[in-house]
Amino acid sequence: MQINPYICVAVMAAVTYLIRALPLLLLKSKIKNRFFKSFLYYVPFVTLSVMVFPSVLSSTGSFISALIGFAAAVVASLLKGSLPIVSLISVASVFLTELFIR
Amino acid sequence: MLSTANSYKRGVRDGIPVFFGYLAVSFSFGILARSLNIPSVAAIIMSAANFTSAGQFAAVGGIAAGVGYFELALTQLIINLRYCLMSSALSQKISDKAPFFHRFFMAFGNTDEVFAIAVSYEGELLPSYFYGIMTSALPGWVLGTALGVISGEVLPERVLSALGIALYAMFIAIIIPPAKKSKIVALIVAISMVASYLFSKLPVLKSISSGFKIIILTVIISAVAAALFPVETEKKNAN
Repeated sequence: MQINPYICVAVMAAVTYLIRALPLLLLKSKIKNRFFKSFLYYVPFVTLSVMVFPSVLSSTGSFISALIGFAAAVVASLLKGSLPIVSLISVASVFLTELFIR
Repeated sequence: MLSTANSYKRGVRDGIPVFFGYLAVSFSFGILARSLNIPSVAAIIMSAANFTSAGQFAAVGGIAAGVGYFELALTQLIINLRYCLMSSALSQKISDKAPFFHRFFMAFGNTDEVFAIAVSYEGELLPSYFYGIMTSALPGWVLGTALGVISGEVLPERVLSALGIALYAMFIAIIIPPAKKSKIVALIVAISMVASYLFSKLPVLKSISSGFKIIILTVIISAVAAALFPVETEKKNAN
């Protein structure tokens, strides 16, 4: 089947937009139910944790540099580094590690 | 509460790490699209119109392999279904005073990373803050794609490798401080990471796609947490 890449882009964009938009448009007011409220409160923590680990360990050129970058980000976050600072420290530690091991 | 202009500026600033992280990821995406002979303009429009990483990586592979439109739509649905959970959580965070029409525009920008920053904002979320984050994030995504498609050698490999961790570091910076304050959140973060690790190693479980893994674990762990540790209902006039 001959497919047009531009129609593909439009189809994908429509599907992705609807997935993102429907909950925002349907859940108009604040949920009162205690269980659902708590459920949605925990969602970001679980989702982000699942996305971070173990994928972070294969996010750079080597396992060692990723491990050091991961550790640096955790330590910097514990020391109350702001978001851009934590990111910068982690990226810098990966960069420096790779200078030594490659 | 911040003024609209100030909250927009703050959003732009908080979104800067996303800009750089996106630059690296979408750069790889651009290189992939180019290697699969996707027209450059189509790849750039794809980034501007879809604004999603995993979905786009899967799609260019599918388009190159000549899958049909229906299959393409289905793949996007499966990979991107996690946004449904994120948008649900986001819907509860938006200020009651914000006009409804903003939700149509905010929906477009609700990526993993923009969502992560928006939900970690203390207090009610103003659309202007969300647009600020989008203002930093979207150009990073589109520019990186364009650079990757046009030339595979603009960013040196070392820089690309180091930037690869930027978005993960950002997620860590978002989940660690609340985990430090609350033992329950710390426990949930730890359990989520261990479970995710097991899903990537154990037979059968490791064959589950990453999109589904995120949904399954998010629903189960958040539901159990909500049942065991319900969040106190907020006091009236808290703001």
